[in-house]
Amino acid sequence: MSERQIQLEVLRYNPETDSAPRFQTYAVPCLNEWVVLDALNYVKENLDPTLSYRWSCHMAVCGSCGMMINGEPKLGCKAFIHEYGDSIRVEPLAHFPIERDLVTVVEDFIAKLASVKPYLIPKEDKPVSAGEFKQTPAELMKFKQYTLCINCMLCYAACPQYGLVPEFVGPAALALAHRYNQDSRDGGRDQRQEVVASDEGVWECSFVGACSEVCPKHVDPAGALQQIKVASTIDWYKEHLMPWVKK
Amino acid sequence: MAKSNKPIFWGLFAAGGTVTAFVTPALVLITLFAAFGAGMDMFTYEAIHAFAAWWLGKLIIFGVILLSLWHAAHRLRVTAHDFGIRADTVVAYVVYGLAALGTLMTIVYLLRI
Repeated sequence: MSERQIQLEVLRYNPETDSAPRFQTYAVPCLNEWVVLDALNYVKENLDPTLSYRWSCHMAVCGSCGMMINGEPKLGCKAFIHEYGDSIRVEPLAHFPIERDLVTVVEDFIAKLASVKPYLIPKEDKPVSAGEFKQTPAELMKFKQYTLCINCMLCYAACPQYGLVPEFVGPAALALAHRYNQDSRDGGRDQRQEVVASDEGVWECSFVGACSEVCPKHVDPAGALQQIKVASTIDWYKEHLMPWVKK
Repeated sequence: MAKSNKPIFWGLFAAGGTVTAFVTPALVLITLFAAFGAGMDMFTYEAIHAFAAWWLGKLIIFGVILLSLWHAAHRLRVTAHDFGIRADTVVAYVVYGLAALGTLMTIVYLLRI
Protein backbone atom coordinates (compact mmCIF):
# COMPACT_ATOMS: atom_id res chain seq x y z
CA MET A 1 0.00 0.00 0.00
CA SER A 2 1.56 3.26 -1.11
CA GLU A 3 1.64 6.26 1.20
CA ARG A 4 1.59 9.91 0.14
CA GLN A 5 2.10 13.12 2.09
CA ILE A 6 -0.90 15.43 1.62
CA GLN A 7 -1.23 19.07 2.63
CA LEU A 8 -4.76 19.20 3.97
CA GLU A 9 -6.00 22.78 4.11
CA VAL A 10 -9.03 22.89 6.38
CA LEU A 11 -11.26 25.85 7.06
CA ARG A 12 -11.41 26.56 10.78
CA TYR A 13 -14.01 28.80 12.37
CA ASN A 14 -15.59 29.14 15.77
CA PRO A 15 -18.21 31.90 15.51
CA GLU A 16 -18.11 32.40 19.30
CA THR A 17 -14.42 33.29 19.50
CA ASP A 18 -13.09 33.93 15.97
CA SER A 19 -13.69 37.14 14.06
CA ALA A 20 -13.33 35.42 10.68
CA PRO A 21 -12.78 31.93 9.22
CA ARG A 22 -9.17 30.97 8.45
CA PHE A 23 -7.40 28.03 6.84
CA GLN A 24 -5.19 25.67 8.81
CA THR A 25 -2.87 23.29 6.98
CA TYR A 26 -2.08 19.81 8.23
CA ALA A 27 0.56 17.48 6.79
CA VAL A 28 -1.19 14.10 6.60
CA PRO A 29 0.51 10.84 5.60
CA CYS A 30 -2.27 9.27 3.50
CA LEU A 31 -2.60 5.77 2.17
CA ASN A 32 -3.56 5.82 -1.48
CA GLU A 33 -6.82 4.01 -0.71
CA TRP A 34 -7.97 6.68 1.70
CA VAL A 35 -10.79 9.09 1.22
CA VAL A 36 -10.73 12.69 2.46
CA LEU A 37 -12.74 11.68 5.51
CA ASP A 38 -9.92 9.26 6.50
CA ALA A 39 -7.47 12.16 6.29
CA LEU A 40 -9.73 14.27 8.53
CA ASN A 41 -10.02 11.39 11.01
CA TYR A 42 -6.20 11.15 11.01
CA VAL A 43 -5.97 14.84 11.87
CA LYS A 44 -8.56 14.52 14.64
CA GLU A 45 -6.88 11.45 16.18
CA ASN A 46 -3.22 12.40 15.77
CA LEU A 47 -2.73 16.10 15.10
CA ASP A 48 -5.57 18.27 16.34
CA PRO A 49 -8.48 16.98 18.45
CA THR A 50 -10.22 20.37 18.27
CA LEU A 51 -11.17 19.94 14.59
CA SER A 52 -14.96 19.60 14.18
CA TYR A 53 -16.79 17.86 11.34
CA ARG A 54 -19.77 15.56 10.91
CA TRP A 55 -19.60 11.96 9.81
CA SER A 56 -21.20 8.67 10.63
CA CYS A 57 -21.34 5.74 8.21
CA HIS A 58 -18.22 6.18 6.01
CA MET A 59 -20.11 4.49 3.14
CA ALA A 60 -22.20 7.18 1.40
CA VAL A 61 -25.43 6.18 3.11
CA CYS A 62 -25.92 8.58 6.02
CA GLY A 63 -25.29 11.84 4.13
CA SER A 64 -23.48 13.50 7.07
CA CYS A 65 -20.03 14.26 5.65
CA GLY A 66 -20.91 16.68 2.85
CA MET A 67 -18.18 19.31 2.45
CA MET A 68 -16.52 21.42 -0.23
CA ILE A 69 -13.42 19.62 -1.48
CA ASN A 70 -11.30 21.81 -3.73
CA GLY A 71 -14.39 23.97 -4.17
CA GLU A 72 -16.77 21.16 -5.18
CA PRO A 73 -19.53 19.74 -2.99
CA LYS A 74 -18.60 16.14 -2.19
CA LEU A 75 -19.11 13.49 0.43
CA GLY A 76 -15.85 13.22 2.39
CA CYS A 77 -16.27 9.43 2.40
CA LYS A 78 -16.58 9.23 -1.39
CA ALA A 79 -13.74 11.59 -2.36
CA PHE A 80 -10.68 9.40 -2.93
CA ILE A 81 -7.27 10.88 -2.15
CA HIS A 82 -5.80 9.38 -5.34
CA GLU A 83 -8.11 11.59 -7.41
CA TYR A 84 -6.45 14.72 -6.01
CA GLY A 85 -3.03 16.33 -6.06
CA ASP A 86 -0.77 16.78 -3.03
CA SER A 87 -2.75 19.72 -1.69
CA ILE A 88 -6.45 19.36 -0.85
CA ARG A 89 -8.61 22.21 0.39
CA VAL A 90 -11.60 21.31 2.58
CA GLU A 91 -14.36 23.78 3.47
CA PRO A 92 -17.86 23.52 4.94
CA LEU A 93 -20.76 23.15 2.49
CA ALA A 94 -21.37 26.40 0.62
CA HIS A 95 -24.54 28.45 1.21
CA PHE A 96 -24.96 27.26 4.82
CA PRO A 97 -23.94 29.18 7.93
CA ILE A 98 -21.00 27.67 9.85
CA GLU A 99 -21.64 26.19 13.28
CA ARG A 100 -18.00 25.21 13.86
CA ASP A 101 -15.19 24.38 11.38
CA LEU A 102 -16.74 22.01 8.81
CA VAL A 103 -20.03 21.69 10.70
CA THR A 104 -22.84 23.72 9.13
CA VAL A 105 -26.21 24.91 10.46
CA VAL A 106 -28.81 22.82 8.62
CA GLU A 107 -32.07 23.95 10.26
CA ASP A 108 -33.12 25.82 7.10
CA PHE A 109 -32.94 22.65 5.03
CA ILE A 110 -34.73 20.56 7.67
CA ALA A 111 -37.58 23.09 7.80
CA LYS A 112 -37.89 23.12 4.00
CA LEU A 113 -37.87 19.34 3.88
CA ALA A 114 -40.70 19.20 6.42
CA SER A 115 -42.67 21.88 4.55
CA VAL A 116 -43.16 19.66 1.47
CA LYS A 117 -44.58 16.76 3.56
CA PRO A 118 -42.14 14.11 2.33
CA TYR A 119 -44.17 11.11 3.44
CA LEU A 120 -47.07 9.07 2.10
CA ILE A 121 -50.44 10.75 2.48
CA PRO A 122 -52.76 7.90 1.43
CA LYS A 123 -55.73 8.72 -0.80
CA GLU A 124 -58.05 6.91 1.57
CA ASP A 125 -57.62 5.13 4.86
CA LYS A 126 -57.31 1.43 4.30
CA PRO A 127 -57.55 -1.03 7.17
CA VAL A 128 -54.73 -3.55 7.51
CA SER A 129 -57.27 -6.31 6.93
CA ALA A 130 -57.86 -4.96 3.39
CA GLY A 131 -54.38 -6.13 2.45
CA GLU A 132 -51.29 -4.47 1.07
CA PHE A 133 -50.99 -1.64 -1.44
CA LYS A 134 -49.77 -3.21 -4.65
CA GLN A 135 -47.65 -1.51 -7.26
CA THR A 136 -46.56 -2.55 -10.72
CA PRO A 137 -42.87 -2.26 -11.69
CA ALA A 138 -43.86 0.64 -13.98
CA GLU A 139 -45.47 2.49 -11.04
CA LEU A 140 -42.37 1.89 -8.93
CA MET A 141 -40.03 3.08 -11.67
CA LYS A 142 -41.73 6.49 -11.76
CA PHE A 143 -40.37 7.47 -8.35
CA LYS A 144 -37.72 4.92 -7.34
CA GLN A 145 -34.62 7.00 -8.16
CA TYR A 146 -35.86 9.85 -5.94
CA THR A 147 -36.08 7.49 -2.95
CA LEU A 148 -32.28 7.21 -3.07
CA CYS A 149 -31.80 10.76 -1.73
CA ILE A 150 -29.79 10.72 1.51
CA ASN A 151 -30.41 14.40 2.44
CA CYS A 152 -26.69 15.19 2.24
CA MET A 153 -27.38 18.74 0.96
CA LEU A 154 -24.65 18.65 -1.70
CA CYS A 155 -27.28 19.82 -4.19
CA TYR A 156 -27.99 22.91 -2.04
CA ALA A 157 -24.28 23.74 -1.91
CA ALA A 158 -24.08 23.33 -5.71
CA CYS A 159 -27.22 25.33 -6.52
CA PRO A 160 -26.33 28.96 -7.41
CA GLN A 161 -30.00 29.84 -7.14
CA TYR A 162 -30.15 28.73 -3.48
CA GLY A 163 -27.03 30.81 -2.86
CA LEU A 164 -28.75 33.89 -4.28
CA VAL A 165 -32.25 33.31 -2.94
CA PRO A 166 -32.13 31.59 0.46
CA GLU A 167 -35.95 31.30 0.49
CA PHE A 168 -35.80 28.83 -2.44
CA VAL A 169 -37.18 25.47 -1.25
CA GLY A 170 -34.34 23.83 -3.20
CA PRO A 171 -33.52 20.67 -5.14
CA ALA A 172 -33.65 17.81 -2.61
CA ALA A 173 -36.88 18.89 -0.89
CA LEU A 174 -38.67 19.47 -4.20
CA ALA A 175 -37.39 16.19 -5.66
CA LEU A 176 -38.71 14.40 -2.56
CA ALA A 177 -42.08 16.12 -2.92
CA HIS A 178 -42.07 14.80 -6.50
CA ARG A 179 -41.14 11.33 -5.24
CA TYR A 180 -44.34 11.17 -3.15
CA ASN A 181 -46.48 12.92 -5.80
CA GLN A 182 -45.45 10.23 -8.29
CA ASP A 183 -46.25 7.37 -5.90
CA SER A 184 -49.47 5.57 -6.89
CA ARG A 185 -50.31 5.06 -3.18
CA ASP A 186 -50.20 8.77 -2.45
CA GLY A 187 -52.96 11.37 -2.54
CA GLY A 188 -51.18 14.35 -0.98
CA ARG A 189 -50.16 16.32 -4.05
CA ASP A 190 -52.67 19.15 -3.50
CA GLN A 191 -51.29 19.75 0.00
CA ARG A 192 -47.69 19.78 -1.25
CA GLN A 193 -48.50 22.08 -4.18
CA GLU A 194 -49.19 24.93 -1.73
CA VAL A 195 -45.42 25.09 -1.16
CA VAL A 196 -44.10 23.43 -4.32
CA ALA A 197 -45.99 25.68 -6.79
CA SER A 198 -45.22 28.94 -4.98
CA ASP A 199 -42.67 31.51 -6.16
CA GLU A 200 -40.16 30.19 -3.60
CA GLY A 201 -40.93 26.63 -4.66
CA VAL A 202 -40.15 25.15 -8.04
CA TRP A 203 -40.41 28.53 -9.81
CA GLU A 204 -37.20 29.83 -8.27
CA CYS A 205 -35.31 27.10 -10.20
CA SER A 206 -33.59 28.37 -13.35
CA PHE A 207 -32.49 24.86 -14.46
CA VAL A 208 -28.76 25.23 -13.98
CA GLY A 209 -28.60 21.47 -13.38
CA ALA A 210 -25.67 21.50 -10.93
CA CYS A 211 -27.80 19.61 -8.36
CA SER A 212 -27.96 16.52 -10.56
CA GLU A 213 -24.25 16.71 -11.38
CA VAL A 214 -23.10 16.64 -7.75
CA CYS A 215 -25.61 14.12 -6.38
CA PRO A 216 -23.58 11.24 -4.90
CA LYS A 217 -26.55 8.87 -5.26
CA HIS A 218 -27.21 9.70 -8.94
CA VAL A 219 -30.62 11.14 -8.24
CA ASP A 220 -31.72 13.68 -10.87
CA PRO A 221 -33.36 16.52 -8.90
CA ALA A 222 -33.12 18.88 -11.90
CA GLY A 223 -35.19 16.44 -13.93
CA ALA A 224 -37.75 16.15 -11.12
CA LEU A 225 -38.08 19.94 -10.94
CA GLN A 226 -38.71 20.24 -14.68
CA GLN A 227 -41.44 17.59 -14.41
CA ILE A 228 -42.96 19.54 -11.51
CA LYS A 229 -42.90 22.71 -13.63
CA VAL A 230 -44.79 21.00 -16.47
CA ALA A 231 -47.41 19.56 -14.08
CA SER A 232 -47.78 22.89 -12.21
CA THR A 233 -48.17 24.77 -15.50
CA ILE A 234 -50.95 22.39 -16.59
CA ASP A 235 -52.57 22.97 -13.14
CA TRP A 236 -52.36 26.74 -13.62
CA TYR A 237 -54.01 26.68 -17.04
CA LYS A 238 -56.72 24.32 -15.76
CA GLU A 239 -57.42 26.52 -12.73
CA HIS A 240 -57.51 29.79 -14.69
CA LEU A 241 -58.92 28.83 -18.08
CA MET A 242 -61.10 25.88 -17.12
CA PRO A 243 -62.17 26.54 -13.52
CA TRP A 244 -65.18 24.28 -14.00
CA VAL A 245 -62.91 21.22 -14.43
CA LYS A 246 -62.59 19.36 -11.15
CA LYS A 247 -59.10 18.14 -10.42
CA MET B 1 -47.86 30.49 0.38
CA ALA B 2 -49.65 31.70 -2.70
CA LYS B 3 -49.30 29.75 -5.91
CA SER B 4 -47.09 31.46 -8.45
CA ASN B 5 -48.23 33.01 -11.72
CA LYS B 6 -44.93 32.11 -13.38
CA PRO B 7 -46.58 29.21 -15.27
CA ILE B 8 -47.95 31.74 -17.81
CA PHE B 9 -44.47 32.71 -18.92
CA TRP B 10 -42.87 29.35 -18.27
CA GLY B 11 -45.58 27.62 -20.34
CA LEU B 12 -44.78 29.89 -23.32
CA PHE B 13 -41.07 29.40 -22.63
CA ALA B 14 -41.33 25.61 -22.58
CA ALA B 15 -43.57 25.41 -25.66
CA GLY B 16 -41.33 27.97 -27.40
CA GLY B 17 -38.24 25.94 -26.50
CA THR B 18 -39.72 22.90 -28.17
CA VAL B 19 -40.66 24.92 -31.26
CA THR B 20 -37.27 26.64 -31.55
CA ALA B 21 -35.47 23.34 -31.02
CA PHE B 22 -37.38 21.54 -33.78
CA VAL B 23 -38.68 24.17 -36.20
CA THR B 24 -35.98 26.85 -36.20
CA PRO B 25 -33.14 24.57 -37.40
CA ALA B 26 -35.41 23.29 -40.17
CA LEU B 27 -36.28 26.87 -41.17
CA VAL B 28 -32.58 27.82 -41.21
CA LEU B 29 -31.82 24.82 -43.43
CA ILE B 30 -34.72 25.55 -45.81
CA THR B 31 -33.70 29.21 -46.02
CA LEU B 32 -30.15 28.13 -46.81
CA PHE B 33 -31.40 25.80 -49.57
CA ALA B 34 -33.53 28.60 -50.98
CA ALA B 35 -30.55 30.99 -50.87
CA PHE B 36 -28.54 28.57 -53.00
CA GLY B 37 -31.39 28.20 -55.46
CA ALA B 38 -32.51 24.70 -54.54
CA GLY B 39 -36.24 23.96 -54.61
CA MET B 40 -36.93 27.23 -56.36
CA ASP B 41 -40.47 26.40 -57.46
CA MET B 42 -41.42 25.87 -53.82
CA PHE B 43 -39.81 29.07 -52.61
CA THR B 44 -40.93 31.59 -55.20
CA TYR B 45 -42.33 34.87 -53.87
CA GLU B 46 -45.79 33.91 -55.11
CA ALA B 47 -45.71 30.50 -53.38
CA ILE B 48 -44.57 31.91 -50.02
CA HIS B 49 -47.05 34.79 -50.31
CA ALA B 50 -49.87 32.37 -51.01
CA PHE B 51 -48.89 30.33 -47.95
CA ALA B 52 -48.85 33.44 -45.75
CA ALA B 53 -52.21 34.57 -47.15
CA TRP B 54 -53.90 31.24 -46.34
CA TRP B 55 -55.55 31.22 -42.89
CA LEU B 56 -53.75 28.07 -41.73
CA GLY B 57 -50.45 29.45 -43.06
CA LYS B 58 -51.03 32.63 -41.04
CA LEU B 59 -51.79 30.59 -37.94
CA ILE B 60 -48.61 28.49 -38.32
CA ILE B 61 -46.42 31.57 -38.91
CA PHE B 62 -48.05 33.32 -35.95
CA GLY B 63 -47.54 30.29 -33.70
CA VAL B 64 -43.86 29.90 -34.59
CA ILE B 65 -43.08 33.63 -34.16
CA LEU B 66 -45.13 34.04 -30.97
CA LEU B 67 -43.59 31.05 -29.21
CA SER B 68 -40.04 31.88 -30.38
CA LEU B 69 -40.39 35.45 -29.12
CA TRP B 70 -41.72 34.49 -25.69
CA HIS B 71 -39.16 31.73 -25.38
CA ALA B 72 -36.33 34.15 -26.15
CA ALA B 73 -37.77 36.76 -23.77
CA HIS B 74 -37.87 34.37 -20.81
CA ARG B 75 -34.47 32.93 -21.73
CA LEU B 76 -33.00 36.47 -21.68
CA ARG B 77 -34.66 37.17 -18.33
CA VAL B 78 -33.02 34.10 -16.80
CA THR B 79 -29.69 34.82 -18.52
CA ALA B 80 -29.71 38.38 -17.16
CA HIS B 81 -30.26 36.90 -13.70
CA ASP B 82 -27.38 34.42 -14.23
CA PHE B 83 -25.13 37.32 -15.27
CA GLY B 84 -25.79 39.00 -11.94
CA ILE B 85 -28.39 41.58 -13.00
CA ARG B 86 -30.65 41.63 -9.97
CA ALA B 87 -33.33 44.05 -11.26
CA ASP B 88 -35.61 41.15 -12.19
CA THR B 89 -38.85 43.17 -12.38
CA VAL B 90 -37.33 45.76 -14.73
CA VAL B 91 -35.74 43.04 -16.89
CA ALA B 92 -39.06 41.16 -16.99
CA TYR B 93 -40.97 44.28 -18.13
CA VAL B 94 -38.38 45.04 -20.83
CA VAL B 95 -38.06 41.53 -22.33
CA TYR B 96 -41.75 40.62 -22.04
CA GLY B 97 -42.63 44.08 -23.38
CA LEU B 98 -40.47 43.45 -26.45
CA ALA B 99 -42.07 40.03 -26.93
CA ALA B 100 -45.55 41.58 -26.61
CA LEU B 101 -44.61 44.27 -29.15
CA GLY B 102 -43.29 41.61 -31.52
CA THR B 103 -46.48 39.59 -31.08
CA LEU B 104 -48.61 42.64 -31.85
CA MET B 105 -46.53 43.50 -34.92
CA THR B 106 -46.83 39.91 -36.16
CA ILE B 107 -50.63 40.11 -35.89
CA VAL B 108 -50.71 43.44 -37.74
CA TYR B 109 -48.39 42.30 -40.55
CA LEU B 110 -50.11 38.94 -40.97
CA LEU B 111 -53.56 40.58 -41.18
CA ARG B 112 -52.28 42.96 -43.86
CA ILE B 113 -51.21 40.11 -46.18
